[in-house]
Amino acid sequence: MSDHIASPKLYVGIFLALMVGTALTVFAAYKDLGPWNIVVALAIATFKATLVVLFFMHAKYSPKRTHLVIICAVFWLGIMLALTLTDYHTRHDFSFLRSPATTVTRSV
Amino acid sequence: MPKVHYLNASYGLKSWLLTTDHKRIALLYLASVTFFFFIGGLFATMIRIHLLTPGGFLVSPETYNKLFTMHGVTMVFFFLIPSIPAIIGNFLIPIMIGAKDLAFPKLNLLSWYIYIIGGCFVLYSFSTGGLDTGWTFYTPLSSIYSNSAVTPAVIGVFINGFSSILTGLNFLVTIHTMRAPGMTWFRLPLFVWAHYATSIIFVLGTPVIAITLLLAGLERMFHLGFFNPAMGGDPILFQHLFWFYSHPAVYIMILPAMGVISEIIPTFARRPIFGYSFIAGSSIAIAVIGFLVWAHHMFLTGESVYAALAFSLMSYLVAIPSAVKVFNWTSTLYKGSISYDTPMLYALGFIGLFLVGGLTGLFLACLGLDIHLHDTYFVVAHFHYIMVGGAVMGYVGGLHFWWPKITGRMYPEFLARIAAVVLFVGFNLTFFPQFVLGYLGMPRRYHSYPPEFQALNVMSTAGASILALGYLLPMVYLVWSLKYGAIAGPNPWPATGLEWKTASPPPTENFDVTPVVDWEPYDFEHRPDLALEPGIGGLLPAHGDD
Repeated sequence: MSDHIASPKLYVGIFLALMVGTALTVFAAYKDLGPWNIVVALAIATFKATLVVLFFMHAKYSPKRTHLVIICAVFWLGIMLALTLTDYHTRHDFSFLRSPATTVTRSV
Repeated sequence: MPKVHYLNASYGLKSWLLTTDHKRIALLYLASVTFFFFIGGLFATMIRIHLLTPGGFLVSPETYNKLFTMHGVTMVFFFLIPSIPAIIGNFLIPIMIGAKDLAFPKLNLLSWYIYIIGGCFVLYSFSTGGLDTGWTFYTPLSSIYSNSAVTPAVIGVFINGFSSILTGLNFLVTIHTMRAPGMTWFRLPLFVWAHYATSIIFVLGTPVIAITLLLAGLERMFHLGFFNPAMGGDPILFQHLFWFYSHPAVYIMILPAMGVISEIIPTFARRPIFGYSFIAGSSIAIAVIGFLVWAHHMFLTGESVYAALAFSLMSYLVAIPSAVKVFNWTSTLYKGSISYDTPMLYALGFIGLFLVGGLTGLFLACLGLDIHLHDTYFVVAHFHYIMVGGAVMGYVGGLHFWWPKITGRMYPEFLARIAAVVLFVGFNLTFFPQFVLGYLGMPRRYHSYPPEFQALNVMSTAGASILALGYLLPMVYLVWSLKYGAIAGPNPWPATGLEWKTASPPPTENFDVTPVVDWEPYDFEHRPDLALEPGIGGLLPAHGDD
């Protein structure tokens, strides 16, 4: 548990940064960036979440054990995303393994 | 028996419903989890009776779908997941580490209330027509097409998840911060290590299922397109997110049971456990690797060949820490002074049944074989060997092992041994024929089957009735023992853990004086307080011992 008391000025600053982030998200949603749409949206969201965790949840002022817990949680989220994406990004890469006969049957 | 203990320290309904004593909360869980076990058992009984004839004679096909769904939802979320952690773990973890209570006693009580609220939603769903999606809630059936009471069930399971998260959090903080002087990490009972690993899964996995079910619920209620292809969603995504939690949830069920077995085996073999650090480490390894295998449930649902290969390989890896445990338990038995008391019968039964369940899991992790076995009764038999043969055997064995500590009285040993054998026989007769049925091609979740499968189905149903008797017997004699059982004394077996150093039943504060631990775990040899006969208590196996 952190005893650190952050100044109201800091909280207002973070709040404004989050508002700017929200405005940016809406702005980006109206721009067609092709495959970068999702990247930009997630980048802004990650930046905002980081601000919330660091300052509103006091992670910045917490002991190292708390940092470890947060890092573990983010790492686990990474496992979930990365292994799920191994499926989505490789669905068609192994079609060469199919025998011609199978391919014909399937196309029929 | 001590004059004042946690059971009679205060009286009245209020003293129970507002208690913050982890032991009383464990008993609240015991009552409610047993209630759900009987509800789930009732559905199972109806399923087995229905399948006595090829056409099925008891219920309509629609009702049959609801029966297996409600059986699964009840047993998985309201019996198997909370059973050992919330009852036996809740009762024992603080005592085993020499603490007075869990780190957050009020949060512990809140966990129980959340469990009850979640349970009420699910019961409401059952009583307003039930649900027919399967316990897996696969979309778009659950989110679009099903006309059954899916929404309250999803809300109930969502709420119940927070009970698990809070229990896991409580255990983690307690184990980290409240160990008695001298209770180092490597002096912790393996039961505590198992619960530490389980708690990691509780905290890291449960939020994912909660949010996934929330998304499915939102899709159903407000037609938001998360998983429905017609609205730009992806049904396979639901399966990824669902199994990201629900496969590790299998380890939530089995790891605590493994912890129970690790306590019982050395006690009744009178030997220090073989390979303590490997068993402790394998619990953590199972918890971690268990998060990397989920898509083996989806080999035939359209995932990529590359992902299937990767998940197949990682699924095989879980066998290693599981095998480490089995080898170490059997090595502990070697040259032990074994007594076949009831808890030991359950432990030995566990090893055999878990072995069958685990090895058939490897069949299903094999990409080629899974094509043949996927969604057949082979899968049903496999996971019942793990969940009933493993987790429930561990739970009932643990209940017997610590019953003297919980109640201060012994159960009738002879009757209990008979019940253990009846359970073992009934279980195998119920589920072994299902391996054969599945291999021969009988699909799961169907209300009827070809006539040539009838003999095996009748065997299975006959086994289920023996199994039911095996569960009813302990229910009767454990209640009987509350009044008529022999006084147990602090350490009836005797066993080496700290929980056996305090009175049975323990005082509200667990120990009159905070204990200091100056012995190694499972060390019978240097414990004159256990009053074992000379020569019994076992040396560690000598180097090169064959």
